[in-house]
Order: sequence, then structure tokens, then C-alpha cells
Amino acid sequence: MMQVLAPETEAQACEAIASARADKRTLEIVGGGTRSGLGRPVRADSVLSTQSLRGITLYEPAELVVSAWAGTPLREIETLLAGKQQILPFEPMDHRAIYGTQGEPTIGALAACNISGPRRVRSGAARDSLIGLRFVNGRGEAVKSGGRVMKNVTGLDLVKLSCGAHGTLGLLTEVTFKLSPAPRGSGTLIIEGLNDARAIAAMSMALGSPFELSAAAHIPSQKRTLLRIEQAPDSLAYRMEALTGLAKPFGPARRLSDSEAHEAWAGVRDVAPLANSKAPALWRISIAPSRAAAFVADMAAQNIAQDHYYDWGGGLIWLTSGLDAAKVETLQTAAAQAKGHAMLVRASQDARAQLHVFQPQPQAMMNLSGRVKASMDPDAILNPGRMYACQ
Amino acid sequence: MNEILFPTPDGAIMDRRDAILSELAAIASPGCLIVSEDERRAFETDAFTAYRRMPLAVVLPRTTEEVSALLAYCHRTGLKVVPRGAGTSLAGGAIPQEDSIVIGVSKLNKILDVNLPDRTIRVQAGVTNLSVSEAVSPDGFFYAPDPSSQLACTIAGNIAMNSGGAHCLKYGVTTNNVLGAKIVLITGEIIELGGEAFDAPGLDLLGLVIGSEGQLGIVTEATLRIVRAAEGARPVLFGFDSSEAAGACVAAIIGAGIVPVAMEFMDRPAIQICEAYAKAGYPLDVEAMLIIEVEGSDAEMEAELARIVDIARAHNVSVVRESRSAMETASIWKGRKSAFGATGRVADYICMDGTVPTGQLSYVLKRTSEIVASYGLRVANVFHAGDGNMHPLILYNVNDPADQAKAEAAGMDILRLCVEVGGCLTGEHGVGIEKRDLMRCQFNEIDLEQQMRVRAAFDPQWLLNPAKVFPLDGRLGANEIAA
Ligand SMILES: Cc1cc2nc3c(=O)[nH]c(=O)nc-3n(C[C@H](O)[C@H](O)[C@@H](O)COP(=O)(O)OP(=O)(O)OC[C@H]3O[C@@H](n4cnc5c(N)ncnc54)[C@H](O)[C@@H]3O)c2cc1C
Ligand SMILES: Cc1cc2nc3c(=O)[nH]c(=O)nc-3n(C[C@H](O)[C@H](O)[C@H](O)COP(=O)(O)OP(=O)(O)OC[C@H]3O[C@@H](n4cnc5c(N)ncnc54)[C@H](O)[C@@H]3O)c2cc1C
Repeated sequence: MMQVLAPETEAQACEAIASARADKRTLEIVGGGTRSGLGRPVRADSVLSTQSLRGITLYEPAELVVSAWAGTPLREIETLLAGKQQILPFEPMDHRAIYGTQGEPTIGALAACNISGPRRVRSGAARDSLIGLRFVNGRGEAVKSGGRVMKNVTGLDLVKLSCGAHGTLGLLTEVTFKLSPAPRGSGTLIIEGLNDARAIAAMSMALGSPFELSAAAHIPSQKRTLLRIEQAPDSLAYRMEALTGLAKPFGPARRLSDSEAHEAWAGVRDVAPLANSKAPALWRISIAPSRAAAFVADMAAQNIAQDHYYDWGGGLIWLTSGLDAAKVETLQTAAAQAKGHAMLVRASQDARAQLHVFQPQPQAMMNLSGRVKASMDPDAILNPGRMYACQ
Repeated sequence: MNEILFPTPDGAIMDRRDAILSELAAIASPGCLIVSEDERRAFETDAFTAYRRMPLAVVLPRTTEEVSALLAYCHRTGLKVVPRGAGTSLAGGAIPQEDSIVIGVSKLNKILDVNLPDRTIRVQAGVTNLSVSEAVSPDGFFYAPDPSSQLACTIAGNIAMNSGGAHCLKYGVTTNNVLGAKIVLITGEIIELGGEAFDAPGLDLLGLVIGSEGQLGIVTEATLRIVRAAEGARPVLFGFDSSEAAGACVAAIIGAGIVPVAMEFMDRPAIQICEAYAKAGYPLDVEAMLIIEVEGSDAEMEAELARIVDIARAHNVSVVRESRSAMETASIWKGRKSAFGATGRVADYICMDGTVPTGQLSYVLKRTSEIVASYGLRVANVFHAGDGNMHPLILYNVNDPADQAKAEAAGMDILRLCVEVGGCLTGEHGVGIEKRDLMRCQFNEIDLEQQMRVRAAFDPQWLLNPAKVFPLDGRLGANEIAA
């Protein structure tokens, strides 16, 4: 049985990490364990869990800010915010559908993995809302960066650095997010029957309009292009009409009912269109929208892409494929050539251990990242190998 | 309060100046090396003018490759480098030291590519902030972070300082609007951070470099997000009989789920100064004024303003002036945007930049007045209220050293207060030399050591902008870093 360390305070977390370092033991950081397939599998000596680091430490609705210990269930925070009609702006996806995991996603993992969802095009990713952190580095020291105010440029931004580092730089203990008011209304237009290139053109037109879309997605298997606006009711009505007019060259647009729209966006967010796919690999490809359709066509022509859909106006491609090494390499090389990057989000343990889960980077970048990692976790005891085999 | 210290120049480097100049001349392309004292003088200081130091030489390279060759040379010979954009830093971030050279990016000033479908623009880092917006404004787009210095300041400086502006409440600051950057490390290695797509793979080194104040490398290119402008924008001006009422109004607006594009605050002294200069029609008999801007179609703006005005009335607003024309809008903003310039005509000033939780605004304003008064000086407040980023302008006489010392001491007291109430030393201007010695108010030794270790992953010899951000004592050398 693997040893599970579950510190109840930051001081205990410091002790746990310092003593692991002294004994040359490695640690796998686990929050809710719901994103178990995300990243390369970690072979660590012990599990360091945030399950006992719980609780909301600050909530100031009038200042749009919330802080909580890293192991606090996301649900608890979202419920609290809903009481004041506020939200985490970045619409974080829930990985349970694609991994089939149970358990409760934690707020710490949102920060550690820079999770976001469809609203990223308008409101940024988790990294853009994360304004403060406390973490324990690989020396067992508690470090603070950022704070609780929205504008803060004091010192190096270790908040951004740690966000999306998948726990390889430190154990996040307390996170502070800025919030936004919940939208007072939401409307979704649907255009049917567009091919990928036309759909992306339609989404670019809409996202480049003055009507402030909060999301734009295209699901080829359903032949549906979805455009979402979130505004107060009067404004929403006006903008839906204006957008319908703008969309005319692409075909008739109709408004989905609120419940249809809600379901559609939850699906886009949580990868419902591909969640039940039997394909061995599920990819998340970030790319400039204008290059996305050509990239997918190229992958299909080479018998690599099986099924796919687009979020972020084409800037995010979810794509399934086979998993032999040559195909994976072709796909990641093509992504790099298209100035994008591809992450292998779902694949077997073995595959994730052997292949590049994160887009391989040029050597100079790897060297620099290695030095940064060493500056936070000198003995590489935290989530060893989660992002890159050599780290 | 003591003068801000500069490190003692390295005699060995100073003695080699002639040799260094000829070595630089061999690397720099013609017309890019500045050695004469007269011409170097323009680079002695930035907008933190109370301090100045003459650099050994200034180089204004024309290409990334040239920057790379120059940095490789500095690395090889242990020569210190201070990167520079337009020199508008208010924190002394671009002030050189005598044993350093300045590498300025002002000749790297081309717009490389505008991509409207993807809503991005690729630029060389020496372009001015305003020229980015101007390049896309005919198509209805703009670059969102808009520092008041946007006519002069460069994207390089904005990235180094993670600059903000009046419209950041809605659109975010620099770090939220940059997709990629090309940066040259001190070794001369050229690396691309991020790119055209969101959320680059691996560690977010782009997020680390933004706001790093020229200590990690020299930025030569950037890919920025551009935003489609709203159909229209309109400000409303509110006058209040107390700063408390204005502060409470700001909190109530946000509490009501409204995030306007901008919420700017001015106190009585600032109103008087700006009105005398800009003749914007500001009310002179109020204690505090808010300028709140909303965006959208005419009907949308009407509706939003109506809600905001209702909230203001509930907070006993005494003057309400909604802009009815483009001219009126321009005049309302003119007063605000010229605040620093107008103040400069009345007296010398230093501009503080702490951020406080918005719930603490009225308390901090009151304490600020008391602190400044206790030094026998005056203060004007004009700032971004929506995000609590305060800008007390402390008025003093630059030709009176005692007055300057008092102004600096008052400023430091105010910043300590900002940290005490849960805020920070700097919201958008950066630490530079100005706030360097206050870093221990906000961070403990472990916090600072971790930052220095990360810094050392880029520049272990402390050659890049070395006298900034971290207190001069207690710095980690290469040996401590490895430990
Ligand atoms: C108590 C417990 C015991 C387990 N024991 C075993 C076992 O013995 N053997 C086994 O194979 N599996 C075990 N698992 C499951 C295993 O760890 C899985 O691979 C999975 O749970 C990992 O989930 P996760 O951390 O990726 O998900 P999440 O908890 O959602 O985390 C996602 C990612 O973020 C990182 N992360 C999360 N929170 C933080 C934080 N606060 N700071 C920094 N990084 C963070 C994680 O390391 C991970 O990379 C256990 C899980 C739990 C909860
Ligand atoms: C009147 C006035 C109003 C202002 N208003 C605002 C405001 O509203 N909001 C705001 O945020 N700031 C404001 N500022 C401050 C200042 O304009 C910003 O900090 C600006 O970003 C500095 O840009 P710059 O090109 O002048 O850079 P500089 O002053 O030349 O340099 C600033 C810092 O960037 C570093 N640097 C420069 N170029 C590079 C490079 N290529 N690579 C790496 N590092 C580099 C320098 O070493 C220095 O540390 C204002 C200043 C003035 C004078």
C-alpha cells in the first residue's frame, strides 16, 4: 500500500515535503484525484494529498475575490459564489466525463493545471483569474506570491509560473481567484450545416464583432456551430438580433432554448462529443483559429484524425486518433509547424509514460524550464516526470 | 529616509571603458552605438527623474540577432546591461548604472503582421503602445492595456512592467493580452515563449517574463491580442461630498454585478488641478469625483447608465453629468488623462502606485492625507478605483533636498499602509529602484529568496538590470542558489 500523506495545515505540508526531501523520497500530489489521466503518470514513493487542506479563507463579494485552501472542493466554492450571483470567470471543464473518475475536483487542481473552458475566449484561463498563491516548494518552504488585489506587479510573477505547472514546482496550499458577476442572461445562436472552414470563418466574424461573444464552438459530427452571448436581458435581445443579421452570409441562425443551450455548452466544456469515443488517443490542440481547419484536414488525410470538434472559435481542437508512435510524432510535429501545440489528454498509462504527453519543446526551452524547475524543486521530488520525462 | 542607493561601480569595468566601446562597435551595426556624453545624457534617467546615472554606452540594435550578439558579449565579459524602451518608467526601472551599458529597443519599431480573423498582431517590441492600437483602429479593433503614457511607452516596457491602464477593469492588464514573445537570454540564446495559440505548453515562462522588469532577458518581439471595440462608449461624471461616499458607490456598483469599462477616482485637490489645466467642466465644490465609463449601443449605454445613476443616487451623489456628445466625452476624459501633466505644472510630484482592497479605499485615502500632512506636504489622488490601484501624487519641490526626502518618506509610509491593509506596493508601475528597499514589507526572506532563485535560472551572474527589484543586501549569489 502506498503511503498517503494528508497534511492538515501548511506547516504540516512543509514538514512532509522537507522530510521527503531529506529521505530522498518522491511525492505525487493528489487533489480530488478526478484528473488522474492528465499528464504523464507519476511514479512516486508517496502520495501527498490536499484532502485535509480544506476551507474557504476569504470571500469578499464587493471586491470580487475568493481565497481557499487548495483541497477545497470546487463545488463548495461554486455554491458559495452562486449565492451572490458570482462565478469563476474561466468556466473550468470537468474531467470526470472523459476519465470516468469519481471524486470531487479541487480548487487547487484548477490552478495547478490551468483548467479553463469555453469562456476562455472572453474571460481568459484560470491563469488570468488566479491573483494569489501560497505554495510549498521542493525545499519544504512556504512561499507567497501575488495577493488578494487585482492589480499587483510586485516582484516576479510566481503565480503565473505555478499555474499550469501540474504540481511540478510546488504543492499549492492556498489559492486566490478574482471573480466576475454571473451573467444576467445568456443566449446561444446555432447555425447548421457548415463545413469546418466556413464554421471557423463564421466564428471569427462573430468573435470579431462588437457584440462580445462569450463562446464559439463548432461540432462537425452534429453539423452545429454555436455562438454564445452573455448579457443583461435587454442587451442580450438586441445583440442576438444583431448577430443573427451578421451571420446571414453563413446561413440562417436560430436561437436555442435555454435548456438546450445549457446542455450544449456543458458538453463543449466537458468534451461530451468525444467522451465515449473508443479511439485510443484524445488530443487537446491549441492553435490559431485560421490554421485549425487545415490542420485537421491534413491529419485526416494522413489517417491520423478520427473525430474532432472545435472550441474557442477554432483556437482549441479536441481530436481523437490512433496511438502508434509514428502517428503521434506526425501530429505533434504538424501542430508545432502550425505554431500550435498538442497535449495527449487521454491515453493508456503505458502510452502516456512512453510518448510526449505535452508538446515537445525546443532544447533551449527545455534547458531553461529545467533550470526553473530546479530553482523551485532542486531534488525533483514533486510529481517527478508529470510534464516531461526528464523533469 | 535615505537616498536610494546604487551599487558602487565596478572599477575594473570602468577602467576598460575604451576597450569595451571598441568591442561594442565591432558588434553593433553602424549608427547604433552611442558613446558621446551629450547623447548618452538622454538615457541617464527615466520618468523617475530624481535619480540619474550615466551609462558607459548605449546601443540601439536593429535586429534580434544584434541583441543576441550584444548579450552574448556582455555574458562573456561580465558586463551589466540595462534594457530600455521609451524611458517612461515611474519606478526608475530603466535608470542605468555607471558600469553598465543600456540596450534600447527603440529602433525595433515595426508592426510585423496584423491578423484580424485571429484577432492578433505581431510587433517588434520597440513599437509604442498607441501605435499598436492605431494600426488596427481603422478596422474597429484596439489593443486593450492603455497606460496614460501610451503615446510614448513601448510594448517592451509594458511587458517588462506588466502595465495597466484605465480600461483594465474590463479588459485586463498586459499579461492578459500577450500571447507570445521573442526574448533573448543573457547567454544570447533566442527563445520563443508562447506564440499564436492560447496557453503555451510546458511551464508558463511567458507569464513569468511579463512583469519581470528587464531582469530575465530582452524582449524583441511580441504577439498581442487585439479586441474589437464596442459600438460606443460613454462616461458619466459623479461628484460626492465625501470620499467615503464615492468609495461606497464604487463597491455598490461592483456588488450589483456591473463591471464598467473604467471607474476613475479624483479627490478635491486633483479635481482643482485638472480643471485649472483642462477646463473639463469638473465640479469644484465636491470632495470626490468618479468618472465611470460604459460601452455598447446607445440603448445599452442608456440602460447601464440608468442603473449606475440609481446606485449613485442611493449614495447621495451631489453632481451627475452624463456625457451627451463625443465632445463632452473627450473633455471629461481629457481632464483625467492629463492629470499627471497638469500636476507637473503645479509642483514636482512623486506618484505612488499601491493597490488596496477596494473595501479599504476610504480608510486609505483618509490615512494618506494624514500621512502626507504630517510631513508638511500636499497630496492629490487620482486613480483606478474599480481595482483599488491608488496613485497618490505627493507634491514637493525637487530643488529642495529636505522636501524631496520628506516626499519620499511619506510615499514609503503610504506603501507600507497599502500592504498593511492587504494590498501591495505596486499595481502597475513596477518596483524598479523606487520600491526595491520596501520589498521586505510585502515579502519575507523565503518569498524573496524563491524569486531570486527563479531569477538566477535566467541570469545567475546578475547582469541584467541588476540593481532593481530586490534589496541590494541579502541577494543570493550563484553559490547560495545551488545550495
Ligand atoms: C488519497 C488517494 C490515494 C491514492 N493512492 C493511489 C495509489 O496508491 N496508487 C495509484 O496509482 N493511485 C493512487 N491514487 C490515485 C492516483 O493518484 C491517480 O493517478 C490520481 O488520483 C491523480 O489524480 P490527480 O491528482 O491527477 O487529480 P487532481 O487531484 O484533480 O489533480 C490534477 C493534477 O494537479 C496536481 N495537483 C492537484 N492539486 C494540487 C495542488 N494543490 N498543488 C499542486 N499540484 C496539484 C496533481 O498532481 C495532478 O497533476 C490515489 C488518489 C487519492 C486521492
Ligand atoms: C505620464 C505617465 C503616465 C503613466 N501612466 C501609466 C499607466 O497608466 N499605467 C501604467 O501601467 N504605467 C504608466 N506609466 C509608467 C510607464 O509608462 C510604464 O511602466 C511603461 O510600460 C514603461 O514603458 P517604457 O517603454 O517607457 O519602458 P522603460 O521605462 O524604458 O523601461 C521600463 C522597464 O522595462 C525594462 N525594459 C525595457 N525594454 C525592455 C526589453 N526590450 N526587454 C526587457 N525589459 C525591458 C526596463 O529595464 C525597465 O525596467 C506612466 C508613466 C508616465 C511618465
